[in-house]
Amino acid sequence: MDLTLQRIGHRYGGMPVLQDISLRIPAGEILCVIGPSGCGKSTLLRLIGGLERPDEGEVLQLGDAPEGCLNPLTYVFQDFALLPWRTVEGNISLVLEDHGIRGKAARAVIADVLARTKLSDFRAALPRQLSGGMKQRVAIARALAVNPAVMLLDEPLSALDAQTRELLMEDLVALWERQRFTGVYVTHNLTEAVRLGHRIAVLSRRPGRLREVIAVNRPIADRRAGDSDLDALQARLWDLMKQEALAADQELLDA
Amino acid sequence: MPERARPVPFRGGGFAPVAKRGTGIAVFALLLALIEWGTRAGWISNLTLPVPSDVAATLAGMARSGALWTHLAPSLVRLAVGSLIGVSAGIAVGVMIGLFSYVRAGLVPLVAAIFPIPKIALLPLFVIWFGIDEASKYALIALGTFTPTVVATYGAVDNVDRSLVRMGQSFGLKWSSIVRKIVLPGALPGILSGLRVSLAIGIILLVAAEMLGAEHGIGAYILQAGSLYDLERLFAGVVILSVLGVLTSWVIGRAERRLLRWRG
Repeated sequence: MDLTLQRIGHRYGGMPVLQDISLRIPAGEILCVIGPSGCGKSTLLRLIGGLERPDEGEVLQLGDAPEGCLNPLTYVFQDFALLPWRTVEGNISLVLEDHGIRGKAARAVIADVLARTKLSDFRAALPRQLSGGMKQRVAIARALAVNPAVMLLDEPLSALDAQTRELLMEDLVALWERQRFTGVYVTHNLTEAVRLGHRIAVLSRRPGRLREVIAVNRPIADRRAGDSDLDALQARLWDLMKQEALAADQELLDA
Repeated sequence: MPERARPVPFRGGGFAPVAKRGTGIAVFALLLALIEWGTRAGWISNLTLPVPSDVAATLAGMARSGALWTHLAPSLVRLAVGSLIGVSAGIAVGVMIGLFSYVRAGLVPLVAAIFPIPKIALLPLFVIWFGIDEASKYALIALGTFTPTVVATYGAVDNVDRSLVRMGQSFGLKWSSIVRKIVLPGALPGILSGLRVSLAIGIILLVAAEMLGAEHGIGAYILQAGSLYDLERLFAGVVILSVLGVLTSWVIGRAERRLLRWRG
């Protein structure tokens, strides 16, 4: 299942936040979206997944979601969005219950996704007992449980420290290698973008427009921290963004 | 150049209340001992306060003669029935206000208008509407516990983390599932702390209701003692009310610890 954005535009209270964004998101590929703060990247992601309605343009879904997919467009949020009163297991079963998957079938799915995210020992833990990295793993496991056609990741590693981020990046690469999901990965972190993106879309500052889409040719499994071509790409992305970021930083929020 | 070494002064600490066991009881005991001494020694006149040990003796006498139970039982029933009606209606209306904009726009001003009315002032009206029997007492307590419960409940629903609701929607959860599994559990802490206030108001109104047309009940007992200026009996009744208040608060505390274990 591919996604196509056609001339998306959006405004908040008369202020344009996104303008004229057209993008194609082919199946099996991770598209990273980067841009200075306030450029509307997260808004774009909410539009893609149908949590908000675009003021202009439309998001199209080409083809049907694959068999067994319970929730085609599935988010992973920056703040994890786990229910604090449910255990790890309960948080995952939450998204299965409405699909009538209970009891033995649910336990099988939960055991599978917990194994894939290395959480099998923590099934009965409550969110408050887990570190940030573990919480995000639970959120990823929950997303995997519904067998998504497209994963929409909203700054999933931004709330984590650098070491945890590095570990989770490797986990995401391993998960993608195992099952090549389609991903839209919004981040302000250029390292994450060059490590995880097949293509990187760069947005300008508000109102966010598409400045450039850059393809990264090296297979994501072969990318390592400190690869010289990735470093060069990262420097180039920073060049693209630097002026924008500087200008965005000096804007009043609601001028 | 070597200088004198000295430890950095500690400036943190405080602003973090910790449970100190027994302090509350000690303050209570000290106060009682003081009054006991004062009334016996005479520097507190026996028109001002009764001797605490006499109050205790009165209570013991009530328990022996069975009078305690004849007064306590109807009071407990009134409190239970009245506040059950008020609290459950309050939670239902509060959740509706929290969920539906029209209900909010329509009912919030109404609740704000009812809240500050001293319900005791409406008692004669309630007697006309519901009769002099139990029904008017239930209605008074129900109305008194209803408004604070509504306010606490819709506040609690408003405070449920919207990102969790958004998450539920993003996974395609049904509306009813979002309400049942995300909104209600998320609002529970606020609802329970509102319950403390509501039940205390319930006890206040219980006494008020019993002061009018009740043969038995703690309120009737206090009123009787008051009109005879029988301080021992009056204070015995007050002690029973205090204990009732402490008990309800304790029960809610237990419920909080059980239901909100996830908060740690």
